[in-house]
Amino acid sequence: MSEPRKNYVRPLDIKHGRVDMAHGAGGRAMAQLIDELFARHLGNEWLAQGDDGAVLPAPGAGRLVMATDSHVVSPLFFPGGDIGCLSVHGTINDVAVMGAQPLWLSAAFILEEGFPLADLARIVESMAAAAKAAGVPIVTGDTKVVERGKGDGVFISTTGVGVIVAGRELSGCRARPGDVILLSGTLGDHGMAIMAGRESLGFESPIVSDTAALHGLIATMLDCGAELRVLRDPTRGGLATTLNEIARQSGVGMMLQEKVVPVSPPVAAACEFLGLDPLYVANEGKLVAICAANDAERLLAAIRAHPLGAHAAIIGSVHEDPHHFVQMTTAFGGRRIVDWLSGDQLPRIC
Amino acid sequence: MKYIDEFRDGEVAQKLAAAIGREVNPDRRYHFMEFCGGHTHAISRYGVTDLLPDNVRMIHGPGCPVCVLPIGRVDQAIRLALAHGVTLCTYGDCLRVPASDGLSLLKAKAQGGDIRMIYSCADAVALAQQNPEKQVVFFAIGFETTTPPTAVAIKQAAALGLKNFSVLCCHVLTPPAIASIMEGVDEQLQLDGFVGPAHVSTIIGSRPYEPFAAQYRKPVVIAGFEPLDVLLAIRMLIRQVNEGRAEVENEFVRAVDRDGNRKAQALMDEVFELRENFEWRGLGTLPHSARRLRAEFAEFDAERRFVLAYRPVADHKGCDCGEILRGIKRPQECKLFGTVCTPENPVGSCMVSSEGACAAHYTYGRYKDV
Ligand code: SF4
Repeated sequence: MSEPRKNYVRPLDIKHGRVDMAHGAGGRAMAQLIDELFARHLGNEWLAQGDDGAVLPAPGAGRLVMATDSHVVSPLFFPGGDIGCLSVHGTINDVAVMGAQPLWLSAAFILEEGFPLADLARIVESMAAAAKAAGVPIVTGDTKVVERGKGDGVFISTTGVGVIVAGRELSGCRARPGDVILLSGTLGDHGMAIMAGRESLGFESPIVSDTAALHGLIATMLDCGAELRVLRDPTRGGLATTLNEIARQSGVGMMLQEKVVPVSPPVAAACEFLGLDPLYVANEGKLVAICAANDAERLLAAIRAHPLGAHAAIIGSVHEDPHHFVQMTTAFGGRRIVDWLSGDQLPRIC
Repeated sequence: MKYIDEFRDGEVAQKLAAAIGREVNPDRRYHFMEFCGGHTHAISRYGVTDLLPDNVRMIHGPGCPVCVLPIGRVDQAIRLALAHGVTLCTYGDCLRVPASDGLSLLKAKAQGGDIRMIYSCADAVALAQQNPEKQVVFFAIGFETTTPPTAVAIKQAAALGLKNFSVLCCHVLTPPAIASIMEGVDEQLQLDGFVGPAHVSTIIGSRPYEPFAAQYRKPVVIAGFEPLDVLLAIRMLIRQVNEGRAEVENEFVRAVDRDGNRKAQALMDEVFELRENFEWRGLGTLPHSARRLRAEFAEFDAERRFVLAYRPVADHKGCDCGEILRGIKRPQECKLFGTVCTPENPVGSCMVSSEGACAAHYTYGRYKDV
């Protein structure tokens, strides 16, 4: 078969083009968008199969872990990342905190009519780079287009599959009195980077999102010999929400030491300015780990040895409490509850 | 940030707490009210009372902007959004204050009202400029701290000749609220002194509190919003009580002087006049306790533009917000606290903002009750 004459194929105008309804209609325009944008950047042998689903090799031993996450973020591009790499990191992390090795991802896009193709290309390139760096290919996907005004530019849902070796049990219900709580780094970088990116708040800051794939760090933690009981990534709702979830699941209480909870000075300053509490601000590249007290120092050393865990700290301990309160000794010397987030965190007015 | 951390230093706090422990008279009790929600929040957030001797008790006062907002005022805002179809802008905490018919601004928003949370009233002016076909109303609440920015927004709207911007003005004054509390002292409320407002005092200065100290013989110490500020102010109050003094003292010298911010005061006077009467939640109707727009700015007054009548509405029967705002009851003494009324489902306004006494106790201190 000879090559079609070049002039008979009009390439996608990525520079000036925009998403239109035809890109989701299942016809030629959609096929072209998939070929020239998605497949071009994300391409791998499974995606190249081009069928409705990807046929994947059955993993050997172990059990499967599957996690899914939808990503809506405004602004789509923020200091330190964008919705593309975020959607890859987020789902990889959800698989990895189960103690599994992430293997494959799927991605579904909901695009709003009128969305610039150049922005979409940037997002897909960022996804491709993140997936490549993490060694977790995107093997299947979907695209839909909604009318202008019915979406917020682009929404991305990703699903991840991984395998977990036999005998490894990580779960939010396994924290026990006497255990120690570790945090892999500073709090609030992602949330405050997003806030700073919303121009209506009118402040500039050097804060960069911490979005990162954590499976490498998790692998070193699992390998260090410490008995990990719980592993979570404190995303939306921040550390406070994650710890309250674990306390409830495990039926325990917790006591944190505010003095040792790491927060970078620019994040602390921005939170101060807006009246927000960094304990409730989202992270996209941090881990909370709970382990037996005996193993804590070893685990801390393992986390700190990894580039994503340089600022790790032991931040508190688990104890018996029928009320499942997460409490904190404040740096000031008092004591308070670190409660569930109620509604949205709002700046104070007084 | 370094500057702020100095006011949260745990070691300094311990030393100060030890000094307070040595200075209190063990044979008496001390009851101090922190007027401001900002202080209530700081005390709960940092656990300041844990550093105080047992015979020093802090009582939460009425100085939380959304707490003192009566149902009737929130109803007006909801009517503007739902019946008059305006774009209603307000500060975040206002959205959740319970109003009549089980509504709040947040619920009115879900019913289709165009209600926007903004961070600064300048955003409301900008919104009016960008949407000339919409009537934009700023629901203005708060004490003297938030009043000057509203005045600036109104003057800006006037300068721009905006025909679609107005303000539902519910700005209130601090001194009448303190007077109202003082009136109740000794009958129902034991009180030995006041921690005076921080940000409010930067605007009005320390002079307005002098008549209270003199007339009611209660010391007032103006304090900043950092926890060490509060602790220092408590020590100053204890000393005054011990020495039988009742003066206005200023812990917050880095920001407050006797006269306050004259420019801001002039700005408020230029744009606003005092209302004859204004209903407060908890404190009842207080004369000359709130502001409205002067006649020169009448076209920016939402109450006049939309001919809004004010209808007072009683609080929920079981809700003790009134007593709590007057310092007579503590949050955990309300029957609804933590069971029917929680931050997710506030029955009264004190459970809404993190500066409200009930929300602060629920969020930070309820471990003490169990
Ligand atoms: S607990 Fe709720 S109902 Fe009771 S006084 Fe406080 S706000 Fe009102």
